[in-house]
Amino acid sequence: MKTINFLMAGVGGQGTILASNILANTGLDLGYDVKTAEVHGMAQRGGTVESHIRWGQKVHSPLVEQGMADYLIGFETLEAARWPAYLKKDATVLINNFRIPPPLVNLGKANYPSEQDVQAILESSGARVKWFKATEIAKGLGNPAMLGVVLLGALSNLVGGAPEVWLAVIKRLVPERFAAMNQQAFMVGREAVPA
Amino acid sequence: MKKLMTGNEAFAYGAYLAGIRVGAAYPGTPSTQIMENYATYPGVFAEWAPNEKVAMDVAIGAAYAGTRAMVSTKHVGMNVSADSLFYAVYTGLNAAFVIGCADDPGMHSSQNEQDNRNYAKFAKFPMLEPADSQEAKDFVAIAAEMSEAFDTPVAVRFVTRTSHSSSVVDWDPQAAPPPRPDPKPYKKDPFKFVMIPGYARRRHPVVEERIKKLQELAEVTPLNRIEPGDAKLGIVAAGAVYQYAKEVFPGATFLKLGMVYPLPKKLIQEFAGRVKKVLVIEELDPFIEEHFRLQKIDVIGKEIFPLIGEFSPSLIREAAVKAGLLAASVPASAQAPAPAVNLPIRPPILCAGCGHRGMFNVLRDAKVVVMGDIGCYTLGTAYPLEALHFCGCMGASIGVAHGFDKGKSQDRHVAVIGDSTFFHSGIHPLLDVLYNQGKSTTIIADNITTGMTGHQHHPGTGYTLQDAPTVKTDLEAFVRGMGFTKVDVCDPYEMDNFRQVLEEHLAGNEPSVIIVRRPCVLQQKVKLPPPKIDPEECTNCGVCLDLGCPPLVQEEGYVRINDVICIGCGLCVQVCPVGAINNQSV
Repeated sequence: MKTINFLMAGVGGQGTILASNILANTGLDLGYDVKTAEVHGMAQRGGTVESHIRWGQKVHSPLVEQGMADYLIGFETLEAARWPAYLKKDATVLINNFRIPPPLVNLGKANYPSEQDVQAILESSGARVKWFKATEIAKGLGNPAMLGVVLLGALSNLVGGAPEVWLAVIKRLVPERFAAMNQQAFMVGREAVPA
Repeated sequence: MKKLMTGNEAFAYGAYLAGIRVGAAYPGTPSTQIMENYATYPGVFAEWAPNEKVAMDVAIGAAYAGTRAMVSTKHVGMNVSADSLFYAVYTGLNAAFVIGCADDPGMHSSQNEQDNRNYAKFAKFPMLEPADSQEAKDFVAIAAEMSEAFDTPVAVRFVTRTSHSSSVVDWDPQAAPPPRPDPKPYKKDPFKFVMIPGYARRRHPVVEERIKKLQELAEVTPLNRIEPGDAKLGIVAAGAVYQYAKEVFPGATFLKLGMVYPLPKKLIQEFAGRVKKVLVIEELDPFIEEHFRLQKIDVIGKEIFPLIGEFSPSLIREAAVKAGLLAASVPASAQAPAPAVNLPIRPPILCAGCGHRGMFNVLRDAKVVVMGDIGCYTLGTAYPLEALHFCGCMGASIGVAHGFDKGKSQDRHVAVIGDSTFFHSGIHPLLDVLYNQGKSTTIIADNITTGMTGHQHHPGTGYTLQDAPTVKTDLEAFVRGMGFTKVDVCDPYEMDNFRQVLEEHLAGNEPSVIIVRRPCVLQQKVKLPPPKIDPEECTNCGVCLDLGCPPLVQEEGYVRINDVICIGCGLCVQVCPVGAINNQSV
């Protein structure tokens, strides 16, 4: 059983913690040992959030080591760009084409990096970068907050595991009245990014 | 069944199963979810106490009554409860007393990164340290048994990464604590429980004798184990750091310590005898390392690993490679030059529509020295509000302001403290201002919740941790009852009014209190129509941007409001000098 290391990067309030829970529990249901790490607290106040999720035969550290991440899931464009040092040279980056400008950009004191720059930063590690408009897709399906599930749908295509396993975890972890909607969002995400 | 749990969740589950019936805490990252989760189990009493010292006295009292009890706290909360901790070590208890204590190396959400293992040595009580969630669950029961067997408080130490990391725990939805007999009856025993000097002198030898016995236990307990491996390198580690070290040195011999105080002596000699080199890896202080050195065992420790900050597998590998203990096996990840782009930082900020923003905007413009405190409103120090001058610890603002006054500062100054922090440790200094004829103005920034840690109840919200309706302490009546006569209540959305009240208080020659009240926007969830900025009228002067409100965005030549996140508080309408921003609700 190969160890698979995931990183999620986003902004407080984007739902990375739910997505991290779904990914971790899917790993568990697929028979892996699983650990995750994230920090709760000030991140709620619009700051940077990061989640580490690791699947493996036996996982010791909940933190992914630099140069060892197989997948980076960027919930927000700028936040994804902070992690090139963590990527394996054959890593895949799934990146949501969505910007939340940080305060200094809003104030006109700093520039938001261009898409080309973000792409080049991430490719400098040797990773493949796949862009897609997860927030827009989620919004089209009725709720932009489902962007994490859309991203997981795309990820599932690359990672493997029967979609039924993923869908069952989503059903278990999402409040009942939103379950069907989220399962649909997962399937749409799955089709949006071919492996 | 297997279930993924955070260390905090697992500890709460373990506490429930260990028959701990009373829990008390004050919220504090990264420990908060211990008590939040514990409170959801059937048959337990769990409370948010006003502060950690009260929490600890409550748990000690419950244990005196013969019921297993616990507190949970962040590292600095132990400073608040230290006085109680020390007497409990002397008196011992009448049932288990377990302390869940979470350090924050790296200061993810704290004002310092003190190493609370030192408290175990200082106050002389045992401390365990789990390395994952399964151990977090298991160690509570072990701590409870140890507490009763040795008649002592026992701490279980977490760090942010063991509190907030998830890993697999054996979980049984049907599991319940063993039915417990009625609480052990309390028997009067003043020689044990009344710490007057004469009786305390009898207790101190008990404490020393107890620690000796616990040290013997440390030699044989399965909590400390040698994991055989390559004899060239022996690694000593505990907690999260043990897991990092297992990744970096998969083949090495390990001494995994589950009990970090008292530490064994024979076991470490045996371990050192088995390996060529001993490497002690620990975050923060050289706590284990110094113990080895006292036993005259040569180790590599803080000469290669930092005293400061949080560790990670990457940090350990880098230090070990630098010290020649490891070959650089991981290829450098850079495959091509990255473009030289400065990525803008994204610090936490006050939310859109937060009431604290209006308050700080007025304070900044009034050019007063602001003694800050701990909570969301500490974010008032961030650019562009930059309103705070000092911030040290919970409850410090009011005493510091009073001292500033007595120190004959000519600068106008105020203390700013949140409602939850005021109940935590603001009451006594406020009493001091009044009693010692101070003139300071204290602002209680009342958002009717404990905001930063995630909306916990406190004595001013009207509900308990377990959601029972209760007495809601009226802040205004409370401070008037203390003896303050100059007390006003303001809404921070009405900045002109607040400014006027503030000037009046600062001009007066008596101690005073202003309660600046606006419920937390994350809880209240009110959304008024966002104002509109007329791009033709907007002169792009930037005055509204100085509010640092997230929806206000600088565009080419004008400012735009992001309608999605704006909640229509109207502060920008009030500050615009040319009237270019119009409130749609008026």
